[in-house]
Amino acid sequence: MVLAAGVLGGGLAAVLLRNVIHSAVAMMVSFGALAGTYALLGAPIVAAAQVLIYLGAISVLIIFAIMLTQAGDANLPAPFQRQAPVAALVAIGIVALVGWALLQTDWPNPSVIIPVELDDLAAAVFTDYALPFEIVGFLLLAAIIGAIYLARRPEEDERMN
Amino acid sequence: MGLDGYLFLSLGLFGIGAFGFLARRNAIMMLICIELMLNAVNLALVAFNAFDYYATDDAGAVFSLLVMAVAAAEATVGLALVIAIIRTRQTAEVDDYADLKE
Repeated sequence: MVLAAGVLGGGLAAVLLRNVIHSAVAMMVSFGALAGTYALLGAPIVAAAQVLIYLGAISVLIIFAIMLTQAGDANLPAPFQRQAPVAALVAIGIVALVGWALLQTDWPNPSVIIPVELDDLAAAVFTDYALPFEIVGFLLLAAIIGAIYLARRPEEDERMN
Repeated sequence: MGLDGYLFLSLGLFGIGAFGFLARRNAIMMLICIELMLNAVNLALVAFNAFDYYATDDAGAVFSLLVMAVAAAEATVGLALVIAIIRTRQTAEVDDYADLKE
């Protein structure tokens, strides 16, 4: 329950806070609580991956991007667009629809959680799911090359200016 | 907490992310909200896997790891795009990206 409060509170704070840096830190709180939830669900390897990838890599990437782009916290503009009420309606609609479906369904509720065995997981990744694994690796390579190309400073244009 | 508790937690996080994505003005904030939504889906996958609802193998855990990798790729390209746009337009507010309207 504490972890659930951390996940939801961190997410809410990330969305509602005015300063983008504060939002990024709140997002990290949410991701950390989520890693704890994964550990509770018997998937410590997913929790470790969550800490490594989200807390370690993506959060740092986002904070770097904020520091590269934000001019400082003076005169912050209003965080929300004019369409915020409509956006709230859409989000509440999604939550209501899926929540209704969740309530209608009769979930089997075994009291015991089956933990993920690392050996089985590794065997599954490299046998049954070998093709998705390779595709994801290739996608990451393509994404890195694309990111380098996009974020590169255009030298020719600068020399002309 | 049973399976439905985790699913409601996942749904709540997804709703928060969806609202933020639609309502925030800052391009980087929109990326943060996309990450929140991806994490919500990951939580649902891991929860289904833990309670052994559909699969007998570890399909949910494998899927969540793959989703994390794709999310990392998406964050890399998305942030590079945002930085490139901000460098040319000098603003992170998506309302100001209106060149095609004119």
